[in-house]
Amino acid sequence: MKTRTANRHFRDSLKSISRNGWMTFASVSAVTVTLLLVGVFVMIMMNLNKIADDLERDVEIKVIVELTADEASITALEEEIKNTPGVAEVQYSPKEDELNKLVMDFGEDLRLFEQQNPLHNVFYAKAANPQETEQVAKKIDRLDNTFEVKYGEGKIERLFSFLNTSRNVGLVLILALLFTAMFLISNTIRITIVARRRDIEIMKLVGATNWFIRIPFILEGMWLGILGAIIPITLVTTLYYNIHKVVAPKLAQGNLFELLDFSPFIYQVNALILLMGVLIGVWGSFMSVRKFLRV
Amino acid sequence: MIEMKNVYKKYPNGIVAANGIDVEIKQGEFVYVVGPSGAGKSTFIKMMYREERPTSGDIFINGTNLSTLKNSKVPYLRRQIGVVFQDFKLLPRLNVYENVAFALEVIEETPKVIRNRVMEVLELVGLKHKARMFPTELSGGEQQRVSIARSIVNTPKLVIADEPTGNLDPDTSWEIMNIFEEINARGTTIIMATHNREIVNTIRHRVIVVEGGLITRDEDKGEYGYEN
Ligand SMILES: Nc1ncnc2c1ncn2[C@@H]1O[C@H](COP(=O)(O)OP(=O)(O)OP(=O)(O)O)[C@@H](O)[C@H]1O
Ligand SMILES: [Mg+2]
Repeated sequence: MKTRTANRHFRDSLKSISRNGWMTFASVSAVTVTLLLVGVFVMIMMNLNKIADDLERDVEIKVIVELTADEASITALEEEIKNTPGVAEVQYSPKEDELNKLVMDFGEDLRLFEQQNPLHNVFYAKAANPQETEQVAKKIDRLDNTFEVKYGEGKIERLFSFLNTSRNVGLVLILALLFTAMFLISNTIRITIVARRRDIEIMKLVGATNWFIRIPFILEGMWLGILGAIIPITLVTTLYYNIHKVVAPKLAQGNLFELLDFSPFIYQVNALILLMGVLIGVWGSFMSVRKFLRV
Repeated sequence: MIEMKNVYKKYPNGIVAANGIDVEIKQGEFVYVVGPSGAGKSTFIKMMYREERPTSGDIFINGTNLSTLKNSKVPYLRRQIGVVFQDFKLLPRLNVYENVAFALEVIEETPKVIRNRVMEVLELVGLKHKARMFPTELSGGEQQRVSIARSIVNTPKLVIADEPTGNLDPDTSWEIMNIFEEINARGTTIIMATHNREIVNTIRHRVIVVEGGLITRDEDKGEYGYEN
């Protein structure tokens, strides 16, 4: 294809956008609504995911060491925990540190116990995959010199199953939304093309090849996608900017989990919205024009 | 240039519009196709650029067998043939200029050549001043002239016209005939279906009479010669 033909297709697609007034409007509206839904949804999902990850990362296995264990066996135990499959990191906290923590939480009175510390030495371990915490904890429990192994039994199982369901539900919803969007948009574009079925027939009779006819339609689909992405991108960006401004400082105090940072997250979401708009538009045009090229 | 061998065409609704047509048309000829309405003139013409395909029989254009021509090659066949359609077939969203230019754009002519050629043929059919108007803003005769302009703009070796004077007043009809005469004099083959007795009898050329899907008469410098 020569450059001037490419230019022609380019101009032709723009002309068609403006000359097909309300059809353009209808298609762009369909794209806008869908992309807006998808954008907001992706935004929520990604943040839930982030929060889930944060919460998971906080899940610890507390390994309480036997009082009878001497220095050598504690070092040996540390080595053994480290070598347990599925363990990501181990931290040793001697009973003096444990007491300090209690003093910090409950006050100076507890310093009395410094002479005769009744606490155990403790290891804090984390599973490489937080979802496998339970199995890892059980393996550690089988090692010598462990008095007790705690990992928030029951509570974290419920947390994980909640996080997993919400993740799966979210994924299904996004897919369903995308599918509806594709259907909706390719249908709208099909209507605009059905209206031009005769045009396509005439072009073919005057000697146009299939690609010569197809390319302007595909470009037009691309413009529709881009136009349809403008409002969703603006709204999603403003929305997230404001939510982030209000919510993020509050979450920072809790120290438990945080929202995704504004940048680069919002740019990724916007790129996704734009890309999806273009893909939907191009795909919709391509599928719709296909049927009418057999003259 | 054009050869039809035992061409038979039955439409899906059962109507037989060509019932064994044998004909040969040489490069540079000027041929009138006449016959009563519904006789099969348009069908005869449409099979030449493969808007319709014969049910059986063979058609050769410049040695190319249309029965075996691949779909993807059909656009290249159509570019060698200028067609004036009975129902004009103008693109409603393009203005007069753009409609005519379209035939040059598909063959990727330079913008300069396109501009010059399009203005040249619009001048020829007397529509230069209406270049920016859209088909719906034109009279039937004007639309027909746009269709004529488009058919000759890329100087094809063969021009096929289905009643090109059907909607024109006598004066314009004669002007159009002058254009056809002129491009025919330059060696272009012209095939023209018509109901215009006066033209056929005045500007004498080969006449092919089609009746009931058959060629019933074929004579050089013939007459219109039947009542309708
Ligand atoms: N697409 C079609 N489907 C079915 N039948 C058709 C079709 N086109 C034409 N016919 C039939 O074929 C016959 C020949 O039609 P055609 O258009 O070739 O006639 P014509 O000689 O050009 O007539 P006119 O002088 O009125 O233009 C007619 O009986 C018509 O009804
Ligand atoms: Mg006809």
